[in-house]
Amino acid sequence: MPEEILLDIKGLNVWYRVYGGYLKVVHNLSLQVYRGERVGLVGEAGCGKTTTMKAILRILPESVAHIPRGEIIFRGRDVLKMNRAELQKLRSRGIAMIFQDPTSALNPVFTVGEQLEDVIRFALPPEERQKKRIHDIAVQALKEVYLPDQERILQSYPVQLSGGMRQRICISMAITTPRELLIADEPGTSLDVTIQDQILRLLRELVEKHGTSIILITHSLGVARQMTDRIYVMYAGSIVEAAPSATLFKEPLHPYTVGLLASVPKISGGGIAEGIPGRIPNYLNPPNGCRFQPRCSLSDDRCLSQSPPILDVGGGHYVACFRYER
Amino acid sequence: MAVILECRDLTKYFRVGRNKQGPVYLRAVDGVSFEVQEGETLGLVGESGSGKSTLAYTIVGMYRPTGGHILFRGQDIGMEADRRSMALKKEIQIVFQDPGSSLNPRRTIGQILGLPLVLHRGLRGAAQEEAAIELLRKVELPPEYLLKSPSSIGGGEKQMVAIARALASEPSMVVLDEPTSALDVSVQAKIINKLIALQREMNLTYLFITHDLSVIRNVATRIAIMYLGRLCELAQAAEFFEQPEHPYTRMLISSVPVISDEEERLKPKKVESRGEIPSPVNIPSGCSFHPRCPERASVCSKVNPEMVLVRPGHYVRCHQFTSCWSDTKKVGEIG
Repeated sequence: MPEEILLDIKGLNVWYRVYGGYLKVVHNLSLQVYRGERVGLVGEAGCGKTTTMKAILRILPESVAHIPRGEIIFRGRDVLKMNRAELQKLRSRGIAMIFQDPTSALNPVFTVGEQLEDVIRFALPPEERQKKRIHDIAVQALKEVYLPDQERILQSYPVQLSGGMRQRICISMAITTPRELLIADEPGTSLDVTIQDQILRLLRELVEKHGTSIILITHSLGVARQMTDRIYVMYAGSIVEAAPSATLFKEPLHPYTVGLLASVPKISGGGIAEGIPGRIPNYLNPPNGCRFQPRCSLSDDRCLSQSPPILDVGGGHYVACFRYER
Repeated sequence: MAVILECRDLTKYFRVGRNKQGPVYLRAVDGVSFEVQEGETLGLVGESGSGKSTLAYTIVGMYRPTGGHILFRGQDIGMEADRRSMALKKEIQIVFQDPGSSLNPRRTIGQILGLPLVLHRGLRGAAQEEAAIELLRKVELPPEYLLKSPSSIGGGEKQMVAIARALASEPSMVVLDEPTSALDVSVQAKIINKLIALQREMNLTYLFITHDLSVIRNVATRIAIMYLGRLCELAQAAEFFEQPEHPYTRMLISSVPVISDEEERLKPKKVESRGEIPSPVNIPSGCSFHPRCPERASVCSKVNPEMVLVRPGHYVRCHQFTSCWSDTKKVGEIG
């Protein structure tokens, strides 16, 4: 495994101010991404995966989002302490993000060319911003994501293109200029399974070619297995388990991961396990101890009152559950 | 086993505009024939734009078919719901994909369940309340939920209410249109298991529509696959996954992300997915899948293949199984 840490999130908390208090969504979350690594962040709807990723780029709505504690260190600098100019540089050259829904990620009133060329213009140093050069880079970027007929696509509006093509355009925007980290938020979820397969293959190829690190956010364990080296499982704002991908599927430890894996229908048949009873806690008053405790069949008194520490069980496998204390 | 529902050469076109040649139609369902056996779950799988939802809506009477027949227990039901008899409407019910928008936010769950109870079973007052509580019990929700509004409960619970509503008229057939697509996997597991249990308990027949192959593997008796308004392949669930014959089926199965090596081995040899589903306004000539097909021959763009029986109960609509295929190969050898 490459040794240099590119992104290091330490004890991050994100709260949203609402009527009647704060939604304490992200809770003491820590996560590392090494250079060149493909990391999966897996969790169900409402677990705070997207909030966490938006915090990294500082694109949370500042009027309501509040970060009481935590550090997000990207290449040795804390993103939370950056000023405007540094943030601009981070977003244009450091980290790129691909959103789940390519339809709402593109502006419907501008052509693809205007939007793509904008991204390229801001990533280039001012003296290199010639029209011709920007256009050439845009055409090249579309070629890289296997879109045919690049000139026509650059002149098209997003509505004139299919969902799969729009997602390719979003990817081309993200990789058009060299980035060190790519955050892909459910990049295939809104697409059909055959198109999702094409998009994921494309992403993997591009990441390998450019040596970019990637954080793949997904609710699908299958997608994470096929795409990543290491997986973080997130539940209700906290990381409950982290392990190399192969280990996680062979030997899941946290009761949530075990329940989640059992819930996934398999193409070999044999029925589906019962799922996990209950639902995600209310973030206004989350449980004091382990946030999974109300849904956990193995919990005891300690889980009610104390947050479980993150335990190292060896082989790069970490789990936040008292059951694995030695 | 008796046939409960049969579609014969069913078509549903929508007029979407006109050009110099005359009106332009979107061919959502384009000549579909199949039978549903009493008590089984027929899985209908397809990508977005394949026409699977239109087919479902036509069966429940939200649309009138453009051509062909729908027979329910031998009786032609190819008309819109407002012209169907109450006795017929009682028999076929539907559960929609998004429980957030299929339940009226201004009604309580008691009122939502009350309407079909009054219309189909004539229950009012205390008898209605008792029946509604019984329905909630069937989907494992407590009686207090009668007074709640849909917005105050979770997505999985809403879908359970939608299922309870569909069961209120004591139907014999339920059309499930992507009932778990909007839900998390841990919730999905619960809903699916409940649906399977209810099917046994109430002797229901399901037409289960989904785009998720791994879900359908675990619920369906037989699976039919749809592409651009036509069926491509129909087989028993196990055989469908173990011996898929249509190139499109193989492409779909090999695109499914799986979570174990065991499943990985089950997948057909990697068929790289390519291309996208074309618009149903402009369906390709011949076999509509030919532009994306890795095994296409010259005949495929010219002649629309017929559905062929390849093994007992296993139908495929592909030229590789029709007589045209050997002819093409010969042409190829000479050329």
